[in-house]
Amino acid sequence: MSDHPNQLFAETSFVRRKQRQEGVAKWVLGSMAGLMIIPLVLIVGYLIARAWPSLSLSFITQVPIRGMREGGVWPAFVGTIYLVFLSLAVAAPIGILAAVYLNEYARDNWLNRLINLAVINLAGVPSIVHALFGLGAFVYAAKFGYSIISASLTLAIMTLPVIIASTREALASVPRNFREACWNVGATRWQTIQAVVLPNAISGILTGVILQVSRAAGETAPIMFTGAVFFKAVQRGDLFPYALHDQCMALSMHLYVLSTQVPDVKESIPFATAVVLLGSVLLVNATAITVRVYLRSRKKW
Amino acid sequence: MNSITPPEPAERSLNVRRSVRPAWAVVGERALESLIHLCGVSAIIFVIGIFFFVFKEAFPVLLGGKFSLSQFLFSDQWYPTSEVNKRYGVLAMIAGTFSVTGLAMLIAVPFGLGAAIFLSEFCGSKAKETLKIVIELLAAIPSVVWGFVGLTVMSRLITKYTGAPVGVNVLNGGIILALMSVPIIVSIGEDALKAVPDAYREAALALGATRWQLICRVLLPAAKTGLLAAVLLGVARAVGETMAVLMATGHAVHIPHSILDSVRTLTANIAAELGEAPANSVHYRVLFLTGVLLFLMTFIVNLTADLIVRGTRRR
Repeated sequence: MSDHPNQLFAETSFVRRKQRQEGVAKWVLGSMAGLMIIPLVLIVGYLIARAWPSLSLSFITQVPIRGMREGGVWPAFVGTIYLVFLSLAVAAPIGILAAVYLNEYARDNWLNRLINLAVINLAGVPSIVHALFGLGAFVYAAKFGYSIISASLTLAIMTLPVIIASTREALASVPRNFREACWNVGATRWQTIQAVVLPNAISGILTGVILQVSRAAGETAPIMFTGAVFFKAVQRGDLFPYALHDQCMALSMHLYVLSTQVPDVKESIPFATAVVLLGSVLLVNATAITVRVYLRSRKKW
Repeated sequence: MNSITPPEPAERSLNVRRSVRPAWAVVGERALESLIHLCGVSAIIFVIGIFFFVFKEAFPVLLGGKFSLSQFLFSDQWYPTSEVNKRYGVLAMIAGTFSVTGLAMLIAVPFGLGAAIFLSEFCGSKAKETLKIVIELLAAIPSVVWGFVGLTVMSRLITKYTGAPVGVNVLNGGIILALMSVPIIVSIGEDALKAVPDAYREAALALGATRWQLICRVLLPAAKTGLLAAVLLGVARAVGETMAVLMATGHAVHIPHSILDSVRTLTANIAAELGEAPANSVHYRVLFLTGVLLFLMTFIVNLTADLIVRGTRRR
């Protein structure tokens, strides 16, 4: 042992070196993480700046004029709402019940593993393959034609994994004791689920549903060949311009068309369309995050 | 996962009096439970349905004499609308997909894994929450908006700083795809690091390791399979992405020689030509066959990633 007991803990050059390395590593990794914030801020900021001349509330409520070179995005905006809600109406019940099955009923056997694999795969299938599927299955085989129904069914299947994953996570976070207490007073499995499990998991389910909305609103490829159309004449401010068997415009498709297919568009219009789309999607996501944070803070377990 | 089984009713042994539920409630519950079962297996039905319908449209072309599978896979000549000599080779598109994906991963993997390590090991809980929200928002940006950014912003920057004649090329698509796949790499990678038991960290710290030494010597080896899965899922995302590459990579069907060449990817090719191909023509069916190819590619990548994740979890 050395004379001074503190010598054992004194800084040697080796210690200094490893601490310097630690500092560098922390700084480099931190800047890598920080670099993710920059594109988000830059993109949103730049788009808004370029879109500014056209950006106003009336941009949303106006219809496009002069061959989509001027005017607003109303028909596309309403079309997106149609597609989102129809796809939600299909995907939400199926997705939530599927998650209930996976978390509450399924045992750990080959079928369950196969379902898990299918869910992962459904999430991983490229969006254009979903489009091909929608074209083959809904437009041709089911004879729905190019229509809102075909497009929203395609979107529903594509966004199903979003709902399944977050609902499942929500159900899994309900403590097992809650279920046991309920079983012990004689409730059946389904009674337990509807009286105890679902009410306690509602925040997570809600988040999943909101995320589905945001995902469905932003997708372009799956609706491009199943029901979205370049242009459709709609009255200004008309709330119900489409029937279910019509084709419709959609914001994402509109942005694609404006930026690649229409010549001589007024410069700020595609930017404003991008801002409306991005704004709606991010707003919906921010809602989901707020709901989650708020409800999590009220949880007592 | 743990299956949760309610206890068997005890009335047989204990002879307790229980209120009898009305028949409709029992039948209703049965019906509802079968509906739940059906929804549970729906994911399988959908995946099989996707493969079936896409393959069904593509299948006749494999039988017809005008088309050879080896030409499809190994020729870079794509002349679907030629009058005299139609040729359907997607090699150039495969090369396009791989070049764009490869470049995207070159950028996204170091940044994604670095950010994941920072989030899980160095970050305070407040900063972590904020960064996670940023990642979530970044992941939520629709692909068509990314494509629009590539087309308008990025292409201008690229022509300005590299002197390339066209700004929509491999570099543009690679950067856009990297930005799109970073969020998924970060979130899955962070999960993988979180799954390493805390005892490993405590043991290393107790021996006097700094956190950087802990990361290099302990965490990375322990979490390497999970991190690999994160990278694979990023690859799957990049391979399958359609709108962004459709708008940001240009439309030249040839094998790229530098990162400033324009290319076309498999996904973009379908999106660009499906609208013009007459239904049930050979061209139309070849596009569906490309869809089958894409389906199989992402299927294999996703399956591998899943097996890896499952393997680590079991351990």
